[in-house]
Amino acid sequence: MPNRPAFAPQYVSTRHRDETAELGMWVFIATEVLLFGGLILAYCVFRHTYPEAFAAASRRTEIAIGTANTAILLTSSFLVACAVDAFTEETRKICVALLAGAIALGLLFVLLKGVEYAGEYREHLVPGIDFSFDDKFANGAKLFFLFYFVATAIHALHMLIGISLLAVIARLTWRRAPTTRHRAALHSVALYWHFVDAVWIFLFALIYLPGRAS
Amino acid sequence: MRWHPPLPLLGAWLALLLLLTLTVTLAYVPLGHFNSSVALAIAATKATIIGAVFMELRRRGPRTFIFAGAGLFWLGILLWLGMMDFMTRT
Repeated sequence: MPNRPAFAPQYVSTRHRDETAELGMWVFIATEVLLFGGLILAYCVFRHTYPEAFAAASRRTEIAIGTANTAILLTSSFLVACAVDAFTEETRKICVALLAGAIALGLLFVLLKGVEYAGEYREHLVPGIDFSFDDKFANGAKLFFLFYFVATAIHALHMLIGISLLAVIARLTWRRAPTTRHRAALHSVALYWHFVDAVWIFLFALIYLPGRAS
Repeated sequence: MRWHPPLPLLGAWLALLLLLTLTVTLAYVPLGHFNSSVALAIAATKATIIGAVFMELRRRGPRTFIFAGAGLFWLGILLWLGMMDFMTRT
């Protein structure tokens, strides 16, 4: 029986295959940019309509947790970028350790998000569940928190998907000698993880920072 | 089994943490309308560092730039046409 070739017949080389995978990932990321872009457009329209309410609502978010989560996500992205660099036969144990670190930080992010949600629930900041806010700003604040919960929940879903994908790659790298296919897979997952990190940077600036100076 | 984190990655990570500190500090400085512009400019700088270093765009050619830029181009159209009515309405 012939050996299965390393790449499918439509490619001329493994490099061709890996480059195609990378461009495919960028196309996928473009669709994701538009998914979050729609949410951000909604945010801009609401904030333009209710500027004072958005500042007041933003002051009620937990900036300490938000800042910690941003640092956690930036660090996990750094670890994943290092894991891509350490993906060689000699250093694959290090690569797995770096991926495990990134997964742990990802889980910590989701955990802190949960703590934050619980706090907002207790403070009656969840629209639809006994929402209460200063009457002057109630309408705009409700829209702010609607955006906050929808955007951060979709982002957290992306985090959970990313954590699962990183875990699959870590397991593969742990059990078998690295191949170029695994390298391409790790590279695709890394692109996704960095993208999720970049989305959070913008969500952080839009959700936690407005209204702090006034 | 010796491995050290590459310097560009280390530098990018430290720069990102520094920018995070800067953006949180500046959020408390009263700059009026400029507060949100500053926050978004710093966010865009952070995203550029992530794209260039972590996502390895600095080592890629025009073909990858076109694919990576397409999403931003469409996002620009979405935000520009989407906000046009609200920004110009009197």
